Amino acid sequence: MLDWFLLPWHYAFMVRALIGAILVGSLCAIVGTYVVLRGMAFFGDALAHAILPGVAIGYLLGDGARQPLFWWAMLAAIISSLGIGAIGKSVKIREDTAIGIIFAGMFALGIALISSVDNYTNDLAHFLFGDVLGISASDLGRISIFGGLIILVVIIFYKEFMVISFDPILATTLRLPVKGLDYLLMVLIAITIVVSLQTVGIALMVAMLITPAATAYLLSRRLPVMMIIACVIASISGVVGLYFSYYANIASGAAIVLSATMIFLFVWGGTILTKLIKEQRHSRII
Amino acid sequence: MSIFKSSNYLIHQFPKHDVGTPTLKVANLSFRFGSIDALMNITFEVNVGERLAIVGPNGAGKSTLFKIIAGVLKPTQGSVQIYGYEPNGHICIAYVPQRNQVDWSFPVNVADVVMMGRVGKLGPLRWPSHKDWEIVHQSLKFVEMGDFSKRQISELSGGQQQRIFIAQSLAQEAELILMDEPLTGLDLNTQQDIFRILEMLKEKNVTVMIAMHDLKIASERFDRVVLLNKRLIGIGLPQEVFIPENLSVAYGNHLRMLTTKEGILVFEDTCCEEGEHSHA
Repeated sequence: MLDWFLLPWHYAFMVRALIGAILVGSLCAIVGTYVVLRGMAFFGDALAHAILPGVAIGYLLGDGARQPLFWWAMLAAIISSLGIGAIGKSVKIREDTAIGIIFAGMFALGIALISSVDNYTNDLAHFLFGDVLGISASDLGRISIFGGLIILVVIIFYKEFMVISFDPILATTLRLPVKGLDYLLMVLIAITIVVSLQTVGIALMVAMLITPAATAYLLSRRLPVMMIIACVIASISGVVGLYFSYYANIASGAAIVLSATMIFLFVWGGTILTKLIKEQRHSRII
Repeated sequence: MSIFKSSNYLIHQFPKHDVGTPTLKVANLSFRFGSIDALMNITFEVNVGERLAIVGPNGAGKSTLFKIIAGVLKPTQGSVQIYGYEPNGHICIAYVPQRNQVDWSFPVNVADVVMMGRVGKLGPLRWPSHKDWEIVHQSLKFVEMGDFSKRQISELSGGQQQRIFIAQSLAQEAELILMDEPLTGLDLNTQQDIFRILEMLKEKNVTVMIAMHDLKIASERFDRVVLLNKRLIGIGLPQEVFIPENLSVAYGNHLRMLTTKEGILVFEDTCCEEGEHSHA
């Protein structure tokens, strides 16, 4: 039995994957708290897709090396996040429609660029669905540094981010730089997505951002608690997902996301059940 | 200089500004939204410590006016001056939103919401100090919510929700509080609680402007009233402003008036406004 639990960790790549999954999961969970509270799930999804052209250019120029890929993705993410942020201010077309058009177009451009290379399907699959088992020590170092910086910014602007998320009008009457803080948060989400790309890939990225945070939302009553619970849920999803992936031989990114989804469904069912029981007790008293 | 002393209740030193100048001066204010005139050529002044009711039908521009005064929206024309200054850059104005505009399931407790009022004073890179928490607790005590600081905001009643936002305005050290339809949906007793708090605010020279529908409450409880429907139809004492000529201009066919021995009976008829009840 114990062997069953320990066996996967005899492989160095599995240990790296585990560390990566926990780091990325926790980072996404903390930033994702704002994504959930501000209703930015669609923005997050769009942003993840919109960076594919950046990834593609890095891929074409760097001949498959990881380092340039990362920086190109970062550039694409920051440009896209600011671009998507600016779209909302233009007239006539609804914001979500405009975002949808741009992100689908960017995504198609990315696929078009990558498909110009022979035998591209394997690499494309890694970009789309992640490759957490291929994570290297230097990848982990990069994740730690950027993750640390993002969390530092979240701590520094904690109360400001809370006010702009809860009540933007209050933020304006307090004369906070609301627009600047909005953009800063978008850039944080963008960097988080790029840092996390290797774990779950573009297509499943939004799940890492919102599922643990949404689960925590059901379980918590204060923001810091929500963040901590979200981190714990994301880490558990990472561990469970890797076991899942190891023993059932399924794609690791999908396994991690499925684990998170199951935890969400479990908690969600639980909250509905407790509500029903409470109501029943209440009606019995009456 | 703090307006809060270490006694149990707020001891004001309001106003910090010159008492001689009006709190608020609105001059020739217009606001266009696309091709729609939301406000046209509004001019009025509000004095220090006054309680002013802004009355008008739905869509009259009450919320828009408040948002311009708070500095959230920029007027298309005209000017707003708070103690002689532009609203931007001033943090002594608080806007209390309509209760249905607030996300009550947000994971914060009562003290967190009130502390948000301090964020402007705190500035970046600073965490709330002991003094800030003291101000939060005194503000909560002022609105008689001292025992509720750890309560989740989703568990509050309508009147309590309204009061914690007043506490937030106090923590912000606001001298002009704009309240957007605070009485809507509150029962009579709860409305009385709010009026009692407004009474205490007046003693502290806090100026309060309240957007509302109820003409009767406006004429009983406020120093002066403004009748608004895109234009400023009247400002002054209730009996001067709420006269049949003005009311029919403001409400058109939505108002029925009966002249009796005791005075004019007014019925507001809002049954058929074609969905204008949504307060966007």
